[in-house]
This record gives sequence, structure tokens and C-alpha cells, in this order.
Amino acid sequence: MIEAQHLSKKFGTNVVLDDVSFTVQEGQRLVIIGRSGTGKSVLLKHLVGLMEPDQGEVLVNGEKLTGLDERELLRVRSRFGMLFQSAALFDSLSVAENVGFVLQRERKLSPKEVADRVAEALEMVELGGTQDKRPSDLSGGMRKRVGLACTIIYHPEIILYDEPTTGLDLVVSDSIDRLVLRVNEKLKATTIVVTHDMRSVRTIAQRVIMLYHGKVYADTTPEELFASQDPVIYKFVNGISDAKNNGF
Amino acid sequence: MENRAGLEYWIRGLGRLTMLLMEVVKSLFTQRFNWDGFLQQLHFIGVKSQSVVLITGAFTGMVLCAQTYFQFHKVHMDSATLAVVSVSMCSELGPVLTALMVAGRVGASMAAELGTMKVTEQIDALRTLATHPVDYLVVPRILATLVAVPLLTIEAISIGIGAAYVVGVGLLDIDAAYSWSFVMKYTDAHEVYSGMIKALFFGLSIALVGCYKGLFCEGGAEGVGKAATEAVVYASITVLMSNFFLTLLLTRLFGS
Repeated sequence: MIEAQHLSKKFGTNVVLDDVSFTVQEGQRLVIIGRSGTGKSVLLKHLVGLMEPDQGEVLVNGEKLTGLDERELLRVRSRFGMLFQSAALFDSLSVAENVGFVLQRERKLSPKEVADRVAEALEMVELGGTQDKRPSDLSGGMRKRVGLACTIIYHPEIILYDEPTTGLDLVVSDSIDRLVLRVNEKLKATTIVVTHDMRSVRTIAQRVIMLYHGKVYADTTPEELFASQDPVIYKFVNGISDAKNNGF
Repeated sequence: MENRAGLEYWIRGLGRLTMLLMEVVKSLFTQRFNWDGFLQQLHFIGVKSQSVVLITGAFTGMVLCAQTYFQFHKVHMDSATLAVVSVSMCSELGPVLTALMVAGRVGASMAAELGTMKVTEQIDALRTLATHPVDYLVVPRILATLVAVPLLTIEAISIGIGAAYVVGVGLLDIDAAYSWSFVMKYTDAHEVYSGMIKALFFGLSIALVGCYKGLFCEGGAEGVGKAATEAVVYASITVLMSNFFLTLLLTRLFGS
């Protein structure tokens, strides 16, 4: 279980998170939405201890992250997997080395067993046979899927996805969404997805949190979100901007 | 106000650098060592710096020999030329010039590589994979530099003295036997020790500054460029300034 309690974060005078609180139950699929710059990615980084809040607490299975030093945080983070917006693959390593990174570091398995697990993870994301490629040889969608393989190979309890479908075409986005669902079902992992892609919300979400001006504006189900007549929610869900027609 | 902000920036930087060094020492004694990363870096710093170090060492030795000869020849001290080259190369020029070359090549590369990893979230990804960036990235780089820079310095000194010998004896007609005897007489072991201690210190400074600039890089491609430039500038300044103080300290320690 993850609890965010009264999280606040400022960069200079810019308030990014303002008293954000919510709880995510084990195995739940939560989608966090909101316009660009509303602090979605910053919130995700707080949940995994990559950023420290100015105020408030994050608790993972009851353990406070605030105040832990980097080495103590590493222990907590071993329960997490995170797919970054840019996939964040290591340029200097091959696909196989990227995917098998954690297993190789732990040295609990033989090289043959690591190679088998890497092949299995790559098959799961439909990228079998790409072990020897470099990250620079992959397309955006392939990079995201390799990033996901890096995460699922060590079976984390909690998986965070930072805009997994941004920059991808609709077909690839749909395949990533289905992959997120499949991973959630197979690993029974708590899943938190940050996105502004409404198709992803429909496919993945059991619960939706909408951030607006750094605050939790709505904490609801996808059905209620899409049926909402609240002007802020309605405009966001239907992609209607506030820009006035100025005659051009 | 600007001066105060500049001072704060420097103090914060020194604090972070000290914390980074402490984390490196802690990691060395408590964490599993990344041998693969160490060997890769040793190859990059040691093997791939060969041409730069050889050219620097050789031409420094040659020009130093020629200039010293032109002056000494006026007072008929030709055969002391190689001794001056040898002492200068062992205690000053060998370590300093090698360090400056390594700072330009390796310091910039470390800052650019780690800086790119920082701005593309690869460092965050590493932390999410429960791996400390200091264990995986910084410790192998610092240790590899600590091993490579003294070896490269020995190489530059040897090549410099060898090249000076070729120029002095081959081109300027200095007496080989007397020259060599003066080289052996005036080049004390402490010149070599001083040079090696300096090389170790310079290696540590270059790697530490390069890694620090990379890890704390901000602001995309522009930030990476700035980090690489600053790594070279700060490492070079550290080498040049610390060389003076190390010379005083080591001379007091070993005697002149």
C-alpha cells in the first residue's frame, strides 16, 4: 500500500504540488491525469523517493520515505519498478544487458538463467530476438516496451508508469496499454500510471485521480470521470482548451 | 548580491564534492565492486589516452631539452641539459602535463556521459533499479583514473626523457656518457615519488570533478555542454594550483 499524505512541492515560486493526499491499495490500477505541468511526473517521483517533498509524507507499506538516506531508499525501491517517459534505457548497454541489469547485479542466477529470463521478458513485450540491439537502434514504442521488460523481469510489487504512450501512434499506444494490463494481471502488482491519454484511462484505470493546479481535483472511477459535467473535468477529458478565438 | 550568490554556489559545490568523496570511500569499503565498469574505464582512460600522452611527453621533453641546451651552452654546461629535463619531467612537467591532457580528454568525457545520463533520466532509472549511482558509475571511474594517471605519468616521463636524449645526443651533440651520469646523479628517488604522489592526487581530482559535474548537471543539452566545459576548467585549475602546494609540501616531506 502506498500513502501520499499532504504532499507539497515548490520549485522557486512555482507551486507544483499543493497538499496532495491519497492512498493506493495493493494490486490497484490507479491512473493520474492532468494537464502538462500540473505535477504528475513530480508526484510519481515523490512516490518512489526520487524527490523529497517540501512538506508531507510518502509511506510505502507503512514505512516513511521522508528522512531515509539514499541507501535506505534503495532497499525500499527494490519493491518498485518504474517505466520512465523516455524509457531511460542505458545507452552503453545492449537490450539484453539493459533488461537483465538487476538480475546480473544481484548475481543470484547463472548467466544462462539470466539469459533465459531476459528472453522470457522480451517475449512478454513482443520483442523476442532483439537482445543484441542497442537502445539507439530501437523506435520509440520499442524503447518503451524494452523499458517495461527491464521493470517486469524482477517482478516488482509496485509498478509506476510515467506517460507510457506519449509520442506513440494510436496502435502502438493501444499495445502498450494492453501490455500494462497484462503485466498487472500476471504480476498482481500495484499499478500507477501517469498519463493525459484518455484512451489509456479507459483501458487501464480502476480509479482515476485528476491533478489541477497542483491539487487533487477529482478522485473517482473512470465511468464517473467520463460522465462528469464539471467544466474543468469535461474540458480536460474532451480536449477543449480555454483559448479564445481571436479572429485569426 | 551577485558576489554572495557566487560564494554560496562555491560553498555548496565544495560541500557536495566532499559528500561525494565520502560516499565513494564508504562505497569502496561496504559495497560490491563493479569490476566490469572498472576495466572498461581503465581501457578508456589508460589505453585510449596513449597517443595524447606519448605526443605530449615526447614533445615536452624535446623542447625542454632544446631550450635548456640553448641557455646552458652559453655557460658551457651542455652535459647538465638532460639532468634538468629529467628532474623537471619527473617532479613537475610529467605529472602536470599528463594530468592536463587527461583532464581535457577524460574529465570532459565523464562529465558529458554522466550529465547525459542525468538529463535523460538514466541516473533516476538506476536509482529506481535499487542501484546507487556512486557504486555503479563513480567508484569505477575514480579507481580507474587513480590507477591509469600514475601509469600514464610514468610513460610520459620516460618518453620525455627518451625523446630529450635523442634530441640532445643525436641532434645537439651533447656528450651521452656525461649526460646520463648527471641524469642519474641529480634525479633522486624523491623526484619520482613526488611525481607519483602528484599523479595520484591529480587523478583523483580529475575524476571527482568530472563525476561531480556530470551527476549535478542540469538543463538539457546546454547543461551537459556546460558541465563538460566546467569539468575541464575546474580540473585543470585544481591541477595547476594544487601542484604548487604539493611541491612545497612534498619538498618539505622528502627534502630538496
